[in-house]
Amino acid sequence: MTYFLQLVVSGIVVGSIYALSALGFVLIYKSSRVLNIAHGQIIAAGAFITYAFTVWAGIPIYISFILSMMITFFLAMSVERVFLRRLIGEPIISVIMITIGLMSILDGLIYLTPFGTENFSFPEFLPKTPISMGGVSISWTQLVGVIITVIMIIAFSWFFKKSTMGISMRAVSDDQLASMSVGISVPKVFGLAWATAGLSAAAAGSILGNITGLNFDTLHSFGIIVFPVVILGGLDSVLGAVVAGIIMALIQQFAKGYLDGNFGLYGTEQVLPYIILLVLLLFKPHGLFGIHEIERV
Amino acid sequence: MELLTISDISLSFGGLRALSNVNMEIQSGLITSIIGPNGAGKTSLLNCISGFYHPTSGEIYFNSRRLTHSSPHQVSNMGIARAFQNLELFKGMSVLDNLLLARHQNLRYNFFQAFIYFGKASRLEAENRKFVEDVIDFMELEPFRKRTVGSLSYGIQKRVEVARALTLAPHILLLDEPMAGMNIEEKEDMVRFVMDIQNERNITVVLVEHDLGVVMDISDYIYVLDFGELIGSGHPKEVAVNPKVIEAYIGE
Repeated sequence: MTYFLQLVVSGIVVGSIYALSALGFVLIYKSSRVLNIAHGQIIAAGAFITYAFTVWAGIPIYISFILSMMITFFLAMSVERVFLRRLIGEPIISVIMITIGLMSILDGLIYLTPFGTENFSFPEFLPKTPISMGGVSISWTQLVGVIITVIMIIAFSWFFKKSTMGISMRAVSDDQLASMSVGISVPKVFGLAWATAGLSAAAAGSILGNITGLNFDTLHSFGIIVFPVVILGGLDSVLGAVVAGIIMALIQQFAKGYLDGNFGLYGTEQVLPYIILLVLLLFKPHGLFGIHEIERV
Repeated sequence: MELLTISDISLSFGGLRALSNVNMEIQSGLITSIIGPNGAGKTSLLNCISGFYHPTSGEIYFNSRRLTHSSPHQVSNMGIARAFQNLELFKGMSVLDNLLLARHQNLRYNFFQAFIYFGKASRLEAENRKFVEDVIDFMELEPFRKRTVGSLSYGIQKRVEVARALTLAPHILLLDEPMAGMNIEEKEDMVRFVMDIQNERNITVVLVEHDLGVVMDISDYIYVLDFGELIGSGHPKEVAVNPKVIEAYIGE
């Protein structure tokens, strides 16, 4: 039982970070219907920027965390302004090709820095002894990470539901022409969607970097697992991203905990999410929370 | 007094000339109609005014402010509202929310005022709500206030769209075929609304419409387009006997 609970706890830790990074992805898709293939690179870049500020510049980690989010905020906003703004109204395949190109460029840029090949880890700034309750333990880094993640997810949800800008974003995702005609600047909303996606990606990357250490491959593959998460959640649902993030992480933890080593199976955590995703999509092609558009003709 | 001046505008898409050298003056407080056969450029002209297209040459002035290169949201914020030919509504929301959303862009209070929700913020919200309820009464949408827009009939949805445009408190209302696809009863309702918009709310109306009976009845002034060119203009009676207009509609 404690073993099971331990798996659940680590599943929730990882899952909440999946949720946070999927959030940014969903945001961009929801407002502009663009699949941002380079999301994993932005996640990694955010983590590296935080590290550079903390260790190389000696700034306290919480301030570097905020600085890093600000930088990716403006970075993602300018990516939208420079590369994607002019592709509004072009075929979706061209837009996706642009984000693939962006992924390669960011990859190249990261390989120019030491982060591309070497491993780093954040200095310990929280107590080292894990917290134990009835045999289930969680490290301070994980706990603080989860708390920050949950706060950010709540803040984002509040922003979408209540703020004028959030309402504008939802309006644009519903009907662009209608939004323009009520005085909403659609390009501004796209820019803001990218900016908030960049911000949440940096947050997710930095939290993950603190837990697992900084390795470009790990962080980058984290960006790939975001795909099954958002597809499971239904691509355009914020709630879906959160729920699917946690489900996916739990599946991985259980696979690792119960299947690996038994029945001659290894590495099941890499495969099982996709198998379950495939089966689920057979029955719910729009994901768990995706909008299934029924049109009256 | 002219509220909107369209001066010598042309619009081409590659080799296709949608509008060539069109001049118009929309007088304040009147219902001005733009008519013409299919493909004459009526909707293109509305798109130029509301900023979805930018004319290849020529200028558009609103209250002597140049809006030729403004984007749609800027035009809308200047006070030119539009109802589309094909419905462009937030289909998953209620009628009330559709209208409140249109007011949202006019809310001018900051985060902290909203947080305290006392004084300016609550006063503005109350005023907004009152304005929206007023528009709902005006367009006789009370029974549908909380209904999801997507579930309403086409005629009602058209009315919601006009209501949403009115919620922006515009100086000019651009209506693109508000009566298309309606039955006689719905048409009569819409005619009444358009006339009330002019008389009671003092909003200048620019109407694009195919139903010539309606146009002749309610317009103060009519412009006729054919193949992107202005072929006639005048009061309804003058237009009705203009040989060029008759030719465009009936053929030789």
